[in-house]
Amino acid sequence: MKSSILWLAIAAAVALLSVAAIVYGAVPLDARAVLDALSGRGDPVTVAIVRTLRLPRAALALLVGAGLGMAGAALQGALRNALAEPYLLGVSGGAAVGAVAAVAIGASTPFVLPLASFAGAALAIAVALGVARASGGRADPRVLLMAGVIVGAFANAAIMVLLANAPPNAVRNALWWMMGSVADARWLTVGWLCIYVAIGGALLLWFARDIDVLSLGEESAAALGVDANRSSRTIFLIAALLSAATVAAAGLVGFVGLVVPHLVRSLGVRRHRALIAGAALVGAGLVVAADLVARLARPPGELPLGAVTALVGVPFFLVQMRRLS
Amino acid sequence: MIAFDRVVIRYPRAAVAAVDSVSFDVPRGALTAVVGPNGSGKSTLIRALLRLTPLVGGEISVDGTALRHLDRRAFARRIAVVAQSEALVFPLPVWEYVALGRHPHENPWGVAPLRADASIADALHRAGIAALADRRTDALSGGEWQRVRVARALAQGGEALVLDEPTTFLDIAHEMAMFELFARLAREGMAVLLVSHHLNLVARFADTMVLLHGGRVAAAGTPTDVMRVEILEEVYEWPLLITRDPAVGAPALLPLRSRGPRSPTPIP
Repeated sequence: MKSSILWLAIAAAVALLSVAAIVYGAVPLDARAVLDALSGRGDPVTVAIVRTLRLPRAALALLVGAGLGMAGAALQGALRNALAEPYLLGVSGGAAVGAVAAVAIGASTPFVLPLASFAGAALAIAVALGVARASGGRADPRVLLMAGVIVGAFANAAIMVLLANAPPNAVRNALWWMMGSVADARWLTVGWLCIYVAIGGALLLWFARDIDVLSLGEESAAALGVDANRSSRTIFLIAALLSAATVAAAGLVGFVGLVVPHLVRSLGVRRHRALIAGAALVGAGLVVAADLVARLARPPGELPLGAVTALVGVPFFLVQMRRLS
Repeated sequence: MIAFDRVVIRYPRAAVAAVDSVSFDVPRGALTAVVGPNGSGKSTLIRALLRLTPLVGGEISVDGTALRHLDRRAFARRIAVVAQSEALVFPLPVWEYVALGRHPHENPWGVAPLRADASIADALHRAGIAALADRRTDALSGGEWQRVRVARALAQGGEALVLDEPTTFLDIAHEMAMFELFARLAREGMAVLLVSHHLNLVARFADTMVLLHGGRVAAAGTPTDVMRVEILEEVYEWPLLITRDPAVGAPALLPLRSRGPRSPTPIP
């Protein structure tokens, strides 16, 4: 009872943040004009700002936050590690290599960049799973984590090599991409990410009960009818592809996948069905809020989204940590 | 109910088999205990039962159905296994942990059992820990945690209970309480398979003992058949004395001082 009120309040807060993300921005707009613009009436410039800039931007922020939150919640449970997060597993590194390679060869069009980063992430996931499989093949989640971290380290080295002799402009572009941004949101990007988050989220929710059991360890999972080896790899793959899609859409938005699941746990949620759903909501809210701060802090300039998520999230997290102990 | 039939298990790249042609039955209504020195293959057998280690030869069957023809969830509905160790990364209230025992009975979209669920209350009651329901798993003593794990296994509602060294780290009272519980569950009709190092308690409570040595069955039968000086001294490579447990008359073992100065130090 008490928890359903809490979740309604969180959902309302996310909705309010989304509205604020549409109303507030570099160009001050009047709430009334925004409302009219949503239905296509009023000043055409306002309509353009609201419908092709702010609306897709808010939608993209929501989707990126939801996807990263869900992926983090699923990974922490399935890999039995409170430090597991999508970016630790080579996903971000692989995506960054793909994107930086595209930038370095001057092919960083809005169409190529997401494809290149997704391809890089998919390659990194395949290598991490392959390494984990080759090194013993048992379901020890530490092997999978190690493989991911190693692939990530390799990716970082590759990025430095790619950027070492790149023109300053390319370095700057690559750096901005690595700091994450939803500024260039397009409806096309929002559309495909929406499909991705919906399918990935549904799959993770389907596996949520298995994740509950997986977090007891390989033998106890087997005793409860769950093949830990296969399940943890499947969940790793789903969560990694889901975060790869968010990275392709918005670059590296750090911190969300790591901390949002802990925030939701500190609200008393323990079962992974509720944890994944809650992480989607809280993650969406955090990224929308962070994006709002990123563009309002120093207009007309913008702060890097990936840095702001941490700046907004850490104080929250510290307060919750104090309550935990 | 569970039958091990000439089971052979060899780990990859290992020169010798970890388990070599082991056969024994775990019938309903009895407490069957597997004992043996460290590395004799006890836990490997349990891993094979959970299908975490493939069989090289032989077969494990449940009521005549080979394990490989049995769906994992169907297996979990009939046989509950308490593995040797388990640590929760994210602690749970005891009742929610015990509720995970219902997992093999649930469909993925179903609602998890609630606090008031009869199967949870029943499992907690049978394990004698109804009072712990609302404690968190990270606030339990070692003995309480082991009983909670048994309660989770009981919530699975199967006909067999398999336990891998469930009383390690427990003090005398908790260990006795666990053995009493296993004996009671066996009397109530469950097939109980217990892996233990505690030969004297096993000899007191078990109906059948299986002594493993180097992956083979060194002796099997009633405690009186297995607890013999010539068998145990060879298996454990230590001088022993077999006497009679004054409380219940079961055979009991006393390890002597090492072979060096053969005679035990006299008590002044």
